[in-house]
Amino acid sequence: MKIGTKILHTGKEVDPVTGAVSVPIYHAATFQQAKADQFGPYDYARSGNPTRDALEAIIASLEGGKKGFAFSSGMAAISSVLLLFSPGDHLVACEDVYGGTYRVLTRLFNRLGIEVTFVDFADTGKIGAAIRNNTKALYLETPSNPLLKITDLRAVSILAREKGLLTLIDNTFMTPYLQRPIEYGMDIVIHSATKYLGGHSDLIAGLAVVADEKLAGRIKFIQNAFGAVLGPQDCWLLMRGIKTLKARMDMHQKGAARLAQWLQGRPEVKEVFFPGLPSHPGKEIHEQQADGPGGIVSFRLQTEEGTKRFLEKVRLPALAVSLGGVESIITYPITMSHAAMHPDHRKRVGVTGDLVRLSVGIEDPDDLIEDLDGALSHI
Amino acid sequence: MKRSTMAVQIGVGKDATGAMSFPIYQNATFSHPALGQSTGYDYSRSGNPTRQVLEEGMTRLDGGVRGFAYASGMAAITNLLLLFNQGDHLVVTEDLYGGTFRVIDKVFARQGLTASYVDTSDADRVAEAIRANTRAVLLEVPTNPLLKVADIRKIGEIAKARGILTIVDNTFLTPYLMRPLELGADVVVYSATKFISGHNDVLAGLVVAKDEELGKQIYFLQNSVGAVLGPQDCWLTIRGMKTLGIRIDRQTENARIIAEWLTRHEMVKKVFYPGLETDPGHRLLKEQARGFGAMISFEVTKRRIAAEMLKKVKLISFAESLGGVESLITFPAFQTHADMDPAERERMGINDRLLRLSVGIEDAGDLLDDLEQALS
Repeated sequence: MKIGTKILHTGKEVDPVTGAVSVPIYHAATFQQAKADQFGPYDYARSGNPTRDALEAIIASLEGGKKGFAFSSGMAAISSVLLLFSPGDHLVACEDVYGGTYRVLTRLFNRLGIEVTFVDFADTGKIGAAIRNNTKALYLETPSNPLLKITDLRAVSILAREKGLLTLIDNTFMTPYLQRPIEYGMDIVIHSATKYLGGHSDLIAGLAVVADEKLAGRIKFIQNAFGAVLGPQDCWLLMRGIKTLKARMDMHQKGAARLAQWLQGRPEVKEVFFPGLPSHPGKEIHEQQADGPGGIVSFRLQTEEGTKRFLEKVRLPALAVSLGGVESIITYPITMSHAAMHPDHRKRVGVTGDLVRLSVGIEDPDDLIEDLDGALSHI
Repeated sequence: MKRSTMAVQIGVGKDATGAMSFPIYQNATFSHPALGQSTGYDYSRSGNPTRQVLEEGMTRLDGGVRGFAYASGMAAITNLLLLFNQGDHLVVTEDLYGGTFRVIDKVFARQGLTASYVDTSDADRVAEAIRANTRAVLLEVPTNPLLKVADIRKIGEIAKARGILTIVDNTFLTPYLMRPLELGADVVVYSATKFISGHNDVLAGLVVAKDEELGKQIYFLQNSVGAVLGPQDCWLTIRGMKTLGIRIDRQTENARIIAEWLTRHEMVKKVFYPGLETDPGHRLLKEQARGFGAMISFEVTKRRIAAEMLKKVKLISFAESLGGVESLITFPAFQTHADMDPAERERMGINDRLLRLSVGIEDAGDLLDDLEQALS
């Protein structure tokens, strides 16, 4: 079955009791039991809820993993997965990672004795060089946020297997419609489902999918013990969002490709980051492992002052954090998505005052171009 | 203002349209008026208007300075536990909720956090268990499931003298009946799934901090870890809280009637309910709280009777959780406390004859009839 069809037909989309084609929202906190020492499939909604189960089965099926897990936010998904590690463990993470991920690694998990080294994951050699005796896992985003650098999933997976490391990937920018990292040997796939999977900027949610049964058991334990689970209303909204994933992503990519090309031709623009551009250094690898460039375009303007003026003049895309919604969102990473990153680290990875991240919505690309054109000519 | 009034008034007058019921902001991100400006909301993980109404309402009800809403009671507790570092130590109530025990014993222990479990109804034992690296005392008052009562004032003073935090899980009584922050606690935590929301229809956790500095630290964790409560569930919790006063009054009255009736039943060996004058925690809880709550545990004479009873109850549902308008009965050794070491459980009295009853708002006579037929 093609992934576009699988999005709509995973086998879990129909309520087995009533036949309802939309999974019911089970707002129950607890479930009645028939016997004292033998419980039914559900006992308490933190441990399992039918609405959440349906969502978890869908994401597991789309990613081609063994088991899916839904969390109250992308950060709750990431934090829950990071609880797999113990004091003394070391991680190697990609250096231009989402600011919130950087924050928990450097200001929370460090206190719990978990060390991290940030390197450029576009260079597999650098990853290898950062691995120590106590390294337990590699953590990556591809394309990365916000500079859209590409990591070679197959090469990283071979390296990790050689060294006996777990591989964790944040697949938020691509979604399983465009990239299924488990097929390339990744162990755990994480999503901020607030973004493309939900797709409407109307919910906060996180997902994780695990490639093997044993690891799934460990994540299940943490999800239940920690309790950062997604509520039933948000589970349902997320499933509703996933139904249009293919249609939305197709349009997001089409718009992003046009905008990236158009931006590249503008004199006010210094550099455009988009894995679909022929000039992108990771294009070839990206095309081997993903079915499209996605809907995020980052770009640098000539000056920092000009960048600020541009952001003030933009009308159609909302100036806001987040991404992946049907409406375009424009973000200033230095003060918004990556504000939590240490200024030195931002400088090192290139998150500077001239950088803009655009999440291209499904508006008509002509209207977006007209709006950006107006804003650029005012700087 | 009285606490029942405060609860009913949550959210009223907060919305620009005058809506009596505060809207559900099913929204992830907020548009900025201009670069460098914010409406006060940026991203719903960091702050959401519906969640804020719940957090502020709860803060006021508890007499604290800052409140936080989480995806579950366990998410609230784990967020607080993340305040501590590798090498820190906690003193914890020994018969506490099994989920809290599990997360300390199986997750935080790996992160290098250690805990001593003591009978916190004896303040001296708490004092003895405090070490040089102890950072907090975590109390459940009354405890789950044995309903023992800790002296929050006294333990709070001991903790303060040693420069450590006092955290109270107030799930069983709610701020309607007890306000631990006024008694000297620093932080109060709730599974709001229970009495606070009260309808067995939402999973939620709440935390209220006594001072601004602690509030800042907790906010950092709430936002960074992101175990926040969704807007629909925030709204349902607010809706539940509107009837907090009348529900708890009715549940407490029903519980008193049932507890007294159970003490007279021949199949019942022991009743644990601090509202009974004979209960060891009665006098202390009377000083600390305005009521004794609606949780009763009781030990039947034989294991067979416990199992039979769970099968025979009709009105009372056999299900985990508690605090809802419908009465629930639980078998702690096999459900809520299944993760505890069996020998430990037995020593504390959480045995295979112990049942826990969460009394709802049904007619007391109907509940007694159901218990009578189930015990016969």
